[in-house]
Amino acid sequence: MNSEKNYFQLETRALHIRRKLLRMFEGGIVGHLGGSGSLVEIITYLYFKEMDISKEQILNSTDRDIMILSKGHSVLVQYAALSEMKILPENALGQLKEVGGILQGHPDMRKTPGIEANTGSLGQGLSISLGLALAFQLKGSDKHIYTILGDGELAEGQVWEAAMATSRYGLDSITAIIDRNRYQATGSTKDRYPIVDLEAKWKAFGWHVVNADGHDFKSLDRAFEEVRGEKGRPSVIIANTVKGKGFAFAENTHKYHNCSLSNDEMAMAIENLYKKAK
Amino acid sequence: MEKKSLRDAYGNALIELGSNYPSVVVLDADLSLSTKTHLFEEVYPDRFFEMGIAEQNMMGCAAGLAIGGYIPFVNTFAVFATGRCYDQIRQSICIPKLNVKICGSSAGLSDYGDGSTHQAIDDIALMRALPNMTVLEPCDANEVVMMVREMVKIQGPVYMRVSREVLPVYTTMDDAYSLGSTKTMCEGNDLVMFAHGSMVMRAIRAAGELVKSGISMRVVNVGTIKPLSIAEIAKHIDSVKGILVAEEHSYIGGLCEAIMGSLSINIPHEFIAVKDQFGTSARNIEDLMEAYDLTEQSIIKSAKRLMNTK
Repeated sequence: MNSEKNYFQLETRALHIRRKLLRMFEGGIVGHLGGSGSLVEIITYLYFKEMDISKEQILNSTDRDIMILSKGHSVLVQYAALSEMKILPENALGQLKEVGGILQGHPDMRKTPGIEANTGSLGQGLSISLGLALAFQLKGSDKHIYTILGDGELAEGQVWEAAMATSRYGLDSITAIIDRNRYQATGSTKDRYPIVDLEAKWKAFGWHVVNADGHDFKSLDRAFEEVRGEKGRPSVIIANTVKGKGFAFAENTHKYHNCSLSNDEMAMAIENLYKKAK
Repeated sequence: MEKKSLRDAYGNALIELGSNYPSVVVLDADLSLSTKTHLFEEVYPDRFFEMGIAEQNMMGCAAGLAIGGYIPFVNTFAVFATGRCYDQIRQSICIPKLNVKICGSSAGLSDYGDGSTHQAIDDIALMRALPNMTVLEPCDANEVVMMVREMVKIQGPVYMRVSREVLPVYTTMDDAYSLGSTKTMCEGNDLVMFAHGSMVMRAIRAAGELVKSGISMRVVNVGTIKPLSIAEIAKHIDSVKGILVAEEHSYIGGLCEAIMGSLSINIPHEFIAVKDQFGTSARNIEDLMEAYDLTEQSIIKSAKRLMNTK
């Protein structure tokens, strides 16, 4: 297999997903740009390489690989991926947050095709994943669950309740991915609410820990490869990322956590994602 | 009259469900010896999940099991099942209307010894406020079984609170039992009393005493607190001189307010309910019910007051 070509394809997908992300901000719409930007490569990797899924499976079955976005505020990047897979109707992205629309501000499994759980009140996604993993175990299914958590979200105690329970049940069908972009809504995690020794914490809770560069497909490839070899306990990938990645003005700051874009910012983003991009 | 434990009935009803519904699973947070889900665990160990003393995670896990196609019954004391994990019930379960059944054990003041931290006087209020939620309380062991059999057939979240008391069995097992309807426990024309849970027993006893004073009080068991059968309640109050509502719950947010908020009622009424206060420890349930004015005598006093106002 030509792996370099493979990465090129993923990079092209990621570019499309960033463009779709930008589209949702047209017309002054407010959304969570920062934490969506940091997830673009991770989401691209999951939907277009790691997960064993097709459009038909996503629409018709829950007996398949599933992604749970515990940091539900970053759902815009998931919408972009679902749109890229043609699971969302063509015009859906332009109708974000419209009253009665299918794209809510936070994930809603009853309103949006391809969304598997309702998240957004932070800290709840890993518990939902645990229940899904137990359901898969009862059914004898070998499907996998990928749960994306924010680094700020790790302050929620329920995350650690779920972490304990997942290792208590020895579930290697769950992989958690931490979007370690080092910013939360009001500033850097270092200044606002540092959560130190992340790796040691997860290890102490019985998890296999892997570090990765969350914007580098080669690094993500290696991380998920390592996870596949780990049996009998859950794995967590600590993915080092840049908040707002790909939108230069929004990188490494909390100021675009939830924002609208000015005309100048929109023009800058278009310049970067369309004219300068390959 | 024969008395039976409601929680034993619940544990056994789960075993019956386990055999009829392979998709039923049971979760508990280290209280299975009290909630009686250990009975299910003994028969179906693979479908019982010990979730540790971590109720929030247990509730979220139940949401995941429901998404995966199972019907989870989540168990702990009523006070923790509702208050401790309110947000998980709201966000992960009720918004997507997931098929999760929550059983709040030791409800009301029935855990008399443990005091205010363990006595649920606000659980109905919390659960009633949630869209998509059904709220139930059985009045005796038979109704526990009938409710469990029916709640499993509902597609969506259900909260059932169960008293720790051993109560007289008034209802008979009825295959035609349906959620959402009220049940007249004894007839009467002067007054009508609506009650649920252990207060049904106290109401029936009070009605028996009131006859001696020439007061005829109908007792209506409102086992389904939400959705409330407003049409049936309206019919009951149509021709009476006064209304009483009794519950082992705060008058705020419970059946009292549910009835008053659903109908425009301009006939005299009295509430026999927990005032705006927390519980407290007692050495037995009778002492506690007396201290909180929730006894047969409390009902009799209220009934006589209503009749004198005429």
